[in-house]
Amino acid sequence: MKIHEYQGKEILREYGVAVPNGKACFSVDEAVAAAEAIGGSKWVVKAQIHAGGRGKGGGVKLASSLDEVRAHAEDILGMTLVTHQTGPEGKEVKRLLVEEGAPIKEELYVGLVVDRATQRVTVMASSEGGTEIETVAEETPELIHKVSVDPKTGLTDAEAQGLASKIGIPSELVAEGGRLIQALYQAFWDKDASLAEINPLIVTDDGRVVALDAKINFDESAMYRHPELEDLRDLDEEDVNEIEASKFGLNYISLDGTIGCLVNGAGLAMATMDIIKLYGASPANFLDVGGGATTEQVTEAFKIMLKNSNLKAILVNIFGGIMRCDVIAEGLVNAAREVDLSVPLVVRLEGTNVEQGRKILADSGISVISATTMADAAEKVAAAAAGA
Amino acid sequence: MSILINKDSRVVTQGITGKTGQFHTHHSIEYANGKNCYVAGVTPKKGGQVVEGIPVYDSVAEAKAATNCNVSVIYVPPPFAAAAIDEAVDAGMEVVICITEGIPVKDMIRTRDHMQGSSTILVGPNCPGVITPEEIKIGIMPGYIHKKGRIGVVSRSGTLTYEVVDQLTKLGLGQSTCVGIGGDPVNGLKHLDVMQMFNDDPATDGVVMCGEIGGTDEEECAAWIADNMNKPVVGFIAGVTAPPGKRMGHAGAIIAGGKGTADEKIAALEAAGVSVTRNPSDMGKLMLEAIENR
Repeated sequence: MKIHEYQGKEILREYGVAVPNGKACFSVDEAVAAAEAIGGSKWVVKAQIHAGGRGKGGGVKLASSLDEVRAHAEDILGMTLVTHQTGPEGKEVKRLLVEEGAPIKEELYVGLVVDRATQRVTVMASSEGGTEIETVAEETPELIHKVSVDPKTGLTDAEAQGLASKIGIPSELVAEGGRLIQALYQAFWDKDASLAEINPLIVTDDGRVVALDAKINFDESAMYRHPELEDLRDLDEEDVNEIEASKFGLNYISLDGTIGCLVNGAGLAMATMDIIKLYGASPANFLDVGGGATTEQVTEAFKIMLKNSNLKAILVNIFGGIMRCDVIAEGLVNAAREVDLSVPLVVRLEGTNVEQGRKILADSGISVISATTMADAAEKVAAAAAGA
Repeated sequence: MSILINKDSRVVTQGITGKTGQFHTHHSIEYANGKNCYVAGVTPKKGGQVVEGIPVYDSVAEAKAATNCNVSVIYVPPPFAAAAIDEAVDAGMEVVICITEGIPVKDMIRTRDHMQGSSTILVGPNCPGVITPEEIKIGIMPGYIHKKGRIGVVSRSGTLTYEVVDQLTKLGLGQSTCVGIGGDPVNGLKHLDVMQMFNDDPATDGVVMCGEIGGTDEEECAAWIADNMNKPVVGFIAGVTAPPGKRMGHAGAIIAGGKGTADEKIAALEAAGVSVTRNPSDMGKLMLEAIENR
């Protein structure tokens, strides 16, 4: 799960990480009032969307007067922000963060990830803050310093201060920098984060170490023990179809093609998308109905797919294991009767009770293009979509 | 011969009194030598019960003392599953197969750390299990699609594994052992570990491996294959069309920070001499060709 920058900073503040004074705002007037309350003579107005690259897209602006705060808030609030992470359609800005301007001396980077190879949390730090860390990793990997954290001890003083020192935090601030990195690790660990990035972490002219940005993602599997995080979910930032699907226990992801896919199992669902592409068409979605789909789930899955105006055909690919093909076929028939199936439907069933399943489909009277192998199915659905 | 499990394995089901644990234990007992292999069940505080004709114990240690079980399969719900793995490891199980999906990553980091220095082999979590056809089935896969033979299968995905197995069986190629390693980022056996076992297994002539986007396990396996593998390998990587930054069902199936793309994995496998197909319908056919041309 992703959260906004201002929410991430609130969590970090609880853990003792220094962050700028700031306030989340939902209107222009609120933004001006927030700047006034914060005081000072310099402010930053930042668009709050879940995607990165906001500065380059024009979603982060400096103001030196309250009039400028107002002007920037008017510009940014409601704008469609396009960044390298939003896709070309962009994302409408509905929330702002207004913060005090910080006197930046150095821009650094700290990030935490779960490292699959070491099976531990890795803390990465670099002197090259403010840019994309992927670029640094590619061009100057020697400037990224890493510590693999022992889960029994956590990030030690020596490890944290070692990182602080290596990335160029001045010696008189190394202890403070080390404490900040440790606090960041503790927040990551306690809250079951899957990713945390402070880019940039800054050293100020007046000798402080401050987290100027905060990106934190959380492990969906651990949400059951963090009800406090569930409240931070911003449904505006999530795809409506994906939210709808998740209510029915379906794993759905919108894509930009024309072939709707309904598959059991994540790996087979990806493979189905791939083979559709191989046969010259492209998938409109990823949809895993899981190991024991019910008629209700299949019906909902059809409804969600049919909302897509680009849809030209649907491919159902089920390998029945524990889930029997005859049960799935019944579900398909009921679903097809309940929804207005406006596009061609190709069905490929394999596995347990496949013959009964095929017979149910054939006898149902609904218009189904039956396929044997995955290749056969992909070829037929591509042809059906082209003819539609 | 086979890898990991065979007709002489003595299995304990952890979470046997739950609906899922009981259902799959029932079907596993009915498969091949299952009646002799499944010797115990464990659910805390339910010791003394009998489920599917199997005695239930309070702990894995008690089950081991009473039955000498050496392989555990776990169907415990996610909040308690990592602790169940720890318990099986502490009781000295040789192989632990964890089917449970949705275990928090932090719990698995702790469990993997706890396993350091132990000789227990962990398969999963979030996997369909392991089957040595016509001997023993430990997991949720449909047994009847398998056929005894000499091809090893290793995969991160459940139904995609069934797809490969079905293709192999229909082409007359049976399987030595099929291993589902699961779709989680922090887990037990990786492709590389299973590939090494198959290379050492005299009953395996070739291997089909199914990978997917996310991480670099397939690349590490490819590097090892290039220098060490003396049997033909057929590969398929799911997720060529998956967009970056989106988790494709499995917790581990995500392209993050520009890493873990299908194209990188395919290139690494091809460079290692693996016959890679971009068509998942051709996995079995490619293996047949590889075996015939050997």
